Amino acid sequence: MSTDPIILEMRSITKEFPGVKALSNVSLTVRAGEIHAICGENGAGKSTLMKVLSGVYPYGTYSGDIVYQGQVMHFKDIRSSEAAGIAIIHQELALIPELSITENIFLGNEPTKWGAIDWITAKKTALDLLARVGLRDDPDTQIKNIGVGKQQLVEIAKALNKSVKVLILDEPTAALNEADSQHLLDLIRGLKGKGISSIMISHKLNEIEQVADSITIIRDGLAIETLDVVADGVDEDRIIRGMVGRSLESRFPDRTPHIGEVFFEVRNWNVQHPQVAERMVVKNSSINVRKGEIVGIAGLMGAGRTELAMSIFGRSYGNFLSGKVFKDGKEIELRNVAEAIDHGLAYVSEDRKALGLNLLDDIKRSIVSAKLSKISAGPVVNDSKEFGIAESYRTSLRIKTPSVDAGVSKLSGGNQQKVVLAKWMFTDPDLLILDEPTRGIDVGAKYEIYGIIQELAAQGKGVILISSELPELLGLADRIYTVFEGAITDCIQADAADPETLMKSMTSARKKV
Amino acid sequence: MSADTSPRGGFRDLKKIFGAGSSNLRQFGILFSLIAIILLFQFLTDGLTLSSGNLINLVSQYSYILILAIGMVMVIIAGHIDLSVGSVAAFAGIVVATAMQEWNLPWPLAILLGLAVGSLIGAWQGFWVAYIGVPAFIVTLAGMLIWRGGNQVIGNANTVPVPDGFTTIGSGYLPEVGPYTGYNNLTLVLGLIIAGAVVLVEVRARRVQKIMGSEPAPLWVSVIKVTLLVAVIIYATVLFAGGRVGTSFPVSGIILGVLVLFYSFITRNTIFGRHVYAVGGNKLAAELSGVKSRRVNFLVMMNMSILASLAGMIFVARSVASGPQDGLSWELDAIAAVFIGGAAVSGGIGTVTGSIIGGLVMAVLNNGLQLLGVGADRVQIIKGLVLLIAVGVDVWNKSQGRPSLIGFLTRKNKTDEFPSEPPAVVPTSGTPASVRPPDNPS
Repeated sequence: MSTDPIILEMRSITKEFPGVKALSNVSLTVRAGEIHAICGENGAGKSTLMKVLSGVYPYGTYSGDIVYQGQVMHFKDIRSSEAAGIAIIHQELALIPELSITENIFLGNEPTKWGAIDWITAKKTALDLLARVGLRDDPDTQIKNIGVGKQQLVEIAKALNKSVKVLILDEPTAALNEADSQHLLDLIRGLKGKGISSIMISHKLNEIEQVADSITIIRDGLAIETLDVVADGVDEDRIIRGMVGRSLESRFPDRTPHIGEVFFEVRNWNVQHPQVAERMVVKNSSINVRKGEIVGIAGLMGAGRTELAMSIFGRSYGNFLSGKVFKDGKEIELRNVAEAIDHGLAYVSEDRKALGLNLLDDIKRSIVSAKLSKISAGPVVNDSKEFGIAESYRTSLRIKTPSVDAGVSKLSGGNQQKVVLAKWMFTDPDLLILDEPTRGIDVGAKYEIYGIIQELAAQGKGVILISSELPELLGLADRIYTVFEGAITDCIQADAADPETLMKSMTSARKKV
Repeated sequence: MSADTSPRGGFRDLKKIFGAGSSNLRQFGILFSLIAIILLFQFLTDGLTLSSGNLINLVSQYSYILILAIGMVMVIIAGHIDLSVGSVAAFAGIVVATAMQEWNLPWPLAILLGLAVGSLIGAWQGFWVAYIGVPAFIVTLAGMLIWRGGNQVIGNANTVPVPDGFTTIGSGYLPEVGPYTGYNNLTLVLGLIIAGAVVLVEVRARRVQKIMGSEPAPLWVSVIKVTLLVAVIIYATVLFAGGRVGTSFPVSGIILGVLVLFYSFITRNTIFGRHVYAVGGNKLAAELSGVKSRRVNFLVMMNMSILASLAGMIFVARSVASGPQDGLSWELDAIAAVFIGGAAVSGGIGTVTGSIIGGLVMAVLNNGLQLLGVGADRVQIIKGLVLLIAVGVDVWNKSQGRPSLIGFLTRKNKTDEFPSEPPAVVPTSGTPASVRPPDNPS
């Protein structure tokens, strides 16, 4: 393999977002006709790297060089990278559901004859392309009428039409079933035979092991290593070691847990996808939480962690099918968010801006917004109580703002998250579900938020902590559940766990319990 | 919603004259525009604009549009729109007029009937918007047709007169009582009460600010503010009280005033008001905070139709009859008032007082141009341009990343350049060289 010519080289790419270094000096070399996998934890920088390559982040917003077919490229948008022969197929497909397969393949690239679209040529070409990707559907079929697996193939056909030389696939099999996945992997291997290189991001390590020629592992925005699958005899364990191998230093405040008895329990929880009825997002899951305990939930993106949490929190996600919730030994019904709040649940969303805050609002109003009745006489909100409460949280959580009258949109991510935490602490919950509470937050604020979480547990509250960062889970949680494809695969005491065992349970369905 | 509160000496304190630190500069700007427009027309019309007769006329002629603006701003804050208000007003008007003519229904009962009709219509429209999920634009577009047609079916497309007692709410004035003073005594009393209330409110606001530990504006700011306001109120009182014999402050103006106070309180100080802003600002976040967004939407739509029926009745009372063309294009005036008053098209932002000021801008503009003898055709063009420019400035500011004029003035650089997900990538502490695998190629 290593004798093939190099088609693409990314040289010491560094990409910064305000306050955050997403990629630091990452280099990547792809040879012609190679399948190159990129592995790393959620948020390690894989997608950012691919967005740099495909021009989503245009030339000038990063430093370093992209050398493609011997030339330094300055992509200014996706179109220019596509024109050069680099096509990206996103996790969320970019097809238009109301248009036909043909129309989608040629969208923005329509063959014309005297200014009008030449549908005869288009359809003929479409048939050719569909044959190449092994899709036997009528090209006039609307996209919304074919499954996700076939849509993925249409995307690839669309790329092939643009005479692509490097195909980037971001989690191509995440939404596919076993058979469709296999078909797709075969196709990628077939393309390789025709000299097309693929860069594949995937969490499914068994698939990577199966098709990849080489693997680059990214961690914390750094390219850790590049492995040659055959020469290095790489297997799943080896990849996992690369992905998680970092020290756990003292990034967490000290804590002695005082764990009581089980007070919250979810049994045999089943939830359907809100749109696709046959897709189960939570499968027969049971979890329990003890007083004063921090329970971690580990799982990769799309494994169903958030879906589990939100469906418990007043059925705010998906179609509830079956399952029971017990609190303090009694069965309770949580049919909507208001009931969940009344029963002492709180949910801090992973998407602070879309689901956690009203960005038009100011700090004091945001803090009291989940339990206005607590500071109201009848229907009338007491402004001075509101101010006093907001002030006390500002002091105790050290929210950095000149005044609680300031708009939440003006705060930094870490301080916004403190406002969200304050909002839920104000409801005085017994169980807090924290979904990625430190996402997008700088190191200092993270440490403070860890402290707040531990303080809540010390008060005897139960905490469910969902996190993509294994060190965070291992550092904070007392006990960790692992989730894979909607099902709980394992439950491990944190002091007995290490990143490798967790990652194993997060990437495979084998049940050890 | 709040102004920048960091004290920076005189100018900032000066601004507090108009907002006590809690209103935003957008409203401040609109208020200035209103004052400028009034002064401009006062000059152009040789003092006719601020004459007793004209002022009284202005209030009774535009009170029903302003009442609509109160309901409309709540609808728009919640993220909807109501196009049906003019038709609903016309429908309620014809029902009330017919009931009084055909069944000899006493007029106080007729008013209750009108409000009941409004709430039924509102419940119907609210049901479609909140529980079926049809966009309010569509529901109320349908309502615009349905209730306009309903008006003409009930009235046979004819005009139906209303009895004397009923006309009080549209063309009545505060009665003459007490000794002869050359002025309307009740209007004077009303003016004094309002002036007193202004002083009390300011005193209380300062006390509350002190209790809450936030630093109130210097005393001189309050003094100037109160003095200015009281002067304006007394000036207006004298004008209203000193009109042609038999006229004074209109009853419809009193109804408007009560509604403004009531709904300002609802939107600012009650749980329901908070929920309206929350649903309009971020519906998903509101729902995840336990807000029952459907109920909020239902009530907001219903409230709008009740206010529309009230506006319709006031109009009928003023014109002494209900006709098939009543309330035509009122929705546009009400919506314009709300947007000029600083509401956001996307919801979540807006205030009752802002909308009233916005409505007054339109009213004074309309009235002044009429006094100058400008034709209705040109008046429409000017009103259209004013609306476009006012909202254009707002939207442009927002596209610069800040919600208000404040943003425009203090703009530095865009903070939201990568809105989607990037910071998810935050490396925590980097990877110390010591823990990297030994075969690290980088």
